[in-house]
Amino acid sequence: MSIELRNISKKFGDFVAVDNISLHIETGELVALLGLSGSGKTTLLRIIAGLETPDTGEVLFHGEDAVDVSVRDRKVGFVFQHYALFRHMTVFENVAFGLRVLPRKARPAETEVARRVHELLKLVQLDFLADRYPSQLSGGQRQRVALARTLAVEPKVLLLDEPFGALDAKVRQELRRWLRRLHDEIKITSVFVTHDQEEALELANRIVVMNNGHVEQIGSAEEVYHHPANAFVYNFLGNVNLFHGRIENGRVFLGDTAVELESTHAHAHPDETGKAVLYVRPHLLEIVLQPNGKQTFPATVKSINPAGPQVKVELVAEWGDMVQVEISHDRYQALHLEPGANVFLRPKEQKLFVYQI
Amino acid sequence: MPETLSSPRPPAVEPRNPATEDPPLVRLALISVALLFLGLFLFIPVIAVFVQALSSGLGAYLRAIVDPEARAAIRLTLMTAAIAVPLNVAFGIAASWVIARFDFPGKQAILTLIDLPFSVSPVISGMLFVLLLGVHAPIGGWLADHGIRIIFAEPGIVLATIFVTFPLAARELIPIMQAVGSEEEEAAIVLGAGGWQMFFRVTLPNVKLGLLYGMVLCNARAMGEFGAVSVVSGHIRGHTNTMPLYIEILYNDYQFAAAFAVSSLLTLLAIATLIAKRFLERRVVPAKPEQDEITAKVAA
Repeated sequence: MSIELRNISKKFGDFVAVDNISLHIETGELVALLGLSGSGKTTLLRIIAGLETPDTGEVLFHGEDAVDVSVRDRKVGFVFQHYALFRHMTVFENVAFGLRVLPRKARPAETEVARRVHELLKLVQLDFLADRYPSQLSGGQRQRVALARTLAVEPKVLLLDEPFGALDAKVRQELRRWLRRLHDEIKITSVFVTHDQEEALELANRIVVMNNGHVEQIGSAEEVYHHPANAFVYNFLGNVNLFHGRIENGRVFLGDTAVELESTHAHAHPDETGKAVLYVRPHLLEIVLQPNGKQTFPATVKSINPAGPQVKVELVAEWGDMVQVEISHDRYQALHLEPGANVFLRPKEQKLFVYQI
Repeated sequence: MPETLSSPRPPAVEPRNPATEDPPLVRLALISVALLFLGLFLFIPVIAVFVQALSSGLGAYLRAIVDPEARAAIRLTLMTAAIAVPLNVAFGIAASWVIARFDFPGKQAILTLIDLPFSVSPVISGMLFVLLLGVHAPIGGWLADHGIRIIFAEPGIVLATIFVTFPLAARELIPIMQAVGSEEEEAAIVLGAGGWQMFFRVTLPNVKLGLLYGMVLCNARAMGEFGAVSVVSGHIRGHTNTMPLYIEILYNDYQFAAAFAVSSLLTLLAIATLIAKRFLERRVVPAKPEQDEITAKVAA
């Protein structure tokens, strides 16, 4: 089922949670609402579910207005951030709940309920826990029970609120892949909310980057990561170094040293003062030992963290800004870096992002 | 710590945490104080009631209880409790749900008003009803003209009892409802449950312990209420005497054995309530670990 949001706004008192958002979600898509806490992503998800009513705007399911359709008739599945499992029911009863509250005519027989519940518990690989209570499960198991419970009513749309937020990193990774596979299998239109850019980039067909109640950019992982619409998106989708500089004649100058960089980004039109902020990802800076004309700027190594797939080097630029750089282990070996060493940094210029202020 | 893992563990009855354990002397002192207090203020008085009740022999005891006036008092007390407790529970659930789930203007005022029957003396509560519904008051006069008697009659006693027990269930349930939160209810609705299905399958089971406790408190107060009921009752023997009022009359008539006999009955009713609570507790809370911890904690 496709979902269409038109000019949705929602206020809580004076706080604007969602500010005039329009969004179209295709049937079978897996969409991420990505943003910081307070960006309105959960409110938007709850509006889709019908748990909140928008102040203005329309929600259309499959082209039909759904604002006046009650939550129970919307056929949405909602997975809550803290699972919201019924604590006084066993895992089995939790999953069976949606079937047991069906109108008498549509309610399946007890044997059918049992069959469906066990089928779903097998799907989430938790059949052996059917008689346990939620408090006896681990976080990852609870989350999977919550998913099975939601899928029991065969929703047309699956909405997940920070589905992996409360889990530890390892379990999160595992569940993420599992959800991806599940979605590929059952092809249900899904929207999930997350503040974790990695999660959004890995899982979603499309990502909606939200900030302060409005949409900053909508696009595929590739689009939002490599072609960010603005500084917020660039900044949000990964670590970033921030330099204050100037733009003159299409060239970028950093600090007092007038480092000259080719500015290739469309947004890099100078204003009268020419002031600009430059965003560079740590892995898009190179460390070299010799200056290379005006392509490089000097920096001093502060600390080195060689743990992990990349070596993380922290430096201080000549004009005092902290700079983070990630280099490969091979490069690190070759450079013989030590804290206190004076080196030069060279942005791999094509990927530089310049933002006018 | 591999040493701890490999070393044989002492066959402890229960795992103890030495960090939170007090020295034996302190423990002994604390336990003695608690038991002494309990004995002095609970067991001795209760036993005294029964000793006094049987002081004139078993025959006198039974005569005191089967006395028609005593039976009428027992009947009225049980009837009052049977009306007051369900109403109180219904109000308690509705009020606590509204207060815990929604924000609305006047919420704080309602919270304060709920406590009103606790903060005013029961005698004044009774007076309120006499002033409002007595034969000389406008409403009471109008009702009397239509043949309805409230003050100095059974309805007045029931009304006064409902008034003084008013906050009990609600006060128990509000913190539990707040602690449980609304997420499970939302989950139920999204899964297709209707309002009543949500209430009976999710809301109620989550607060059942608190509800039970509220019912016990309410029942105890309803059966034992003296002040408010005394004002509205008029002490008509065999008609508007509840057990506490009847006991006082007997006591003032120097019929000590009979007074204590009826007292012992009231005490037994209280004990029966507690036993019923234990029994129900076990039925509604099947043996399972951790489950209902919040509710149990808040209720306690």
